[in-house]
Amino acid sequence: MIRLEKRKEPSTLWSYATPFLAVALTVLAGGLMFAALGTDPVAAIRTIFYDPLFDPQYAAYSRPQLLVKAAPLILIATGLALGFRAGVWNIGAEGQYIIGALTGAGVGLALYPAETRLIFPLMVVAGALGGWAWAMIPAILKTRFNTNEILVSLLLVYVAENLLASMAVGRLRNPEGGGFPGSRNLSQWDAAANPELVAGTGLHWGVIAAIAAVIYAYILLNRHLMGFNIRLTGQAPRAARFAGVSPNRIVVFCLGLSGALAGLAGLFEVTGPAGQISIDFNVGYGFTAIIVAFLGRLHPLGIVLAGLLMALTYIGGELASFMLNIPAAAIQAFQGMLLFFLLAVDMLTNFRIRLGREAPA
Amino acid sequence: MFGTISPTLLVAALMVAATPILLAALGELVVEKAGVLNLGVEGMMIIGAICGFAVAVETGSPVAGFAGGALGGAALSLVFGVLTQFLLSNQVATGLALTLFGLGLSSLLGQGYVGIKPPATGRLDFGPLSDLPFAGRVVFGHDWVVYLSLALTVGIWWFLRRSRAGLTLRAVGESHDAAHALGLRVRATRLAAIAFGGACAGLGGAYLSLVRVPQWTEGMTSGVGWIALAIVVFASWRPGGVLLGAYLFGGVTVLQLNLQAAGVAIPVEYLSMSPYLITIAVLVVISARGTRRSLGAPADLGKQFHATR
Repeated sequence: MIRLEKRKEPSTLWSYATPFLAVALTVLAGGLMFAALGTDPVAAIRTIFYDPLFDPQYAAYSRPQLLVKAAPLILIATGLALGFRAGVWNIGAEGQYIIGALTGAGVGLALYPAETRLIFPLMVVAGALGGWAWAMIPAILKTRFNTNEILVSLLLVYVAENLLASMAVGRLRNPEGGGFPGSRNLSQWDAAANPELVAGTGLHWGVIAAIAAVIYAYILLNRHLMGFNIRLTGQAPRAARFAGVSPNRIVVFCLGLSGALAGLAGLFEVTGPAGQISIDFNVGYGFTAIIVAFLGRLHPLGIVLAGLLMALTYIGGELASFMLNIPAAAIQAFQGMLLFFLLAVDMLTNFRIRLGREAPA
Repeated sequence: MFGTISPTLLVAALMVAATPILLAALGELVVEKAGVLNLGVEGMMIIGAICGFAVAVETGSPVAGFAGGALGGAALSLVFGVLTQFLLSNQVATGLALTLFGLGLSSLLGQGYVGIKPPATGRLDFGPLSDLPFAGRVVFGHDWVVYLSLALTVGIWWFLRRSRAGLTLRAVGESHDAAHALGLRVRATRLAAIAFGGACAGLGGAYLSLVRVPQWTEGMTSGVGWIALAIVVFASWRPGGVLLGAYLFGGVTVLQLNLQAAGVAIPVEYLSMSPYLITIAVLVVISARGTRRSLGAPADLGKQFHATR
């Protein structure tokens, strides 16, 4: 008979090993899924994980994409992870990402066609504020009325998507676009563009912001009282309250910061890789970032690795759908599976597996 | 402006629009009464939608389709069950994983089913009763799933209030340690509740793809599962409240669709976001009245159970 015995302290070894174990299991299960779809599993896994980085034909295009795709994931996941540590569940980052892009692009387009490099920083601030404000809705409802932040933040994603559609065909539509939905192209307007800073690397301002956010989160968590309070609130809410930590401040701080970072991610995306506001501007980074945060074990440095890996599955998935006719949706299922395995093997961190009956005390 | 909207058809359409939400919310109610918070309703619904659609198209029988949808939802929910009950994973995170995975898997399964029409689910024949004015269409003019969902509401009320098994389920949800000490089987009860919730969500999803829309499109649940979760809170964990909540939101959805069709001056996007905004508003009003506990949430909702002896 198999029993689980609670460890007195979570195992350090397993807390590092479980993400790798989960990735290995996902690759195995994903291989089975691809085989079931009638594709050679070895070729599929190779196309997803190896070819984007090392294939002589595709690597030149794919490698820069790694940073382009990882930057928004890392930026959003870093903010989410802070909240998850404190038991504040912001799962509406997708909405905050959209609103950040809308407010940032809106400020920029209001100044069109001025040519001053001051516009871009202004847009960055507007994007962060937009995401922050959107996240403040669940935060204030939570602190004032005790409304569940999970449901409110998630429901606001659908509101944001409708707002995006309305803006893309209405207020922000390109007046010279021949009536087609979508805004002016921001990446082609020098004052507002978020260009590739070093040719051939994919490095843009969003990547720099992501690195800054990771460093900030690391220092916050390990060297700052606020970070300590966040961890305390997550692990022992009652103890935190006795220690004088205001739960409301934690909720407002975590939701606000994660909203602002998601807004930034949206702004850098709309001014750079995406280029314009369009109806299908958002591609689910806000949801995938939840997986990234958990895969990185809610640790800033872990999130960097997890973000890069998840970006690789995006790029590899595109390559696989192009090369092997694997449906694009298979990658989404693959990413969801990763989170399942991660949560499943996480048990090893907190419990010991024992065989046989409990020894008499 | 409202002249073009017939009240009879409005109420009839409201019932159809409310049925998927009602089914999913009833399932989640039972799950939460057992002390488990499954945030994967959206994922189970969409899996139910594609499984139900695929089975109905392949067999040509809508009844088989609904069974397939329920089975698909239950199967996915058991993944959640095993993870949270045996591997003791975090319920919030696992529920989210269920939704993300369900959305991905459903679009994968649905590859070949885009643009197909499913076999029609007919209205039940009540003979001359169906010709009555108003009541004929509203009371006697629906397909069997609408009546099933109403029967399920009464059934669940009876089960939770009057039956011994329902008492066990509530005990497990209120205090798993006390229930365990009494010799009740906490994990088995919860697994059964989770599977039932999954089947209900799957049935609701199948109703979306087979009757409500009726078609398969990727991501077609578009937040209905989350609204169902909100309705359980709105209902203060009572079946009657779930019915009221679901019909209220069915009403909002149908009304905004009708206003869209009637060409009101409000842009379509703002009408489409109204059900979500109203859900949030209702959640705020409800939660402002008191804490979860005082509203009737089970005491051990979302807590991990690990029997040490």
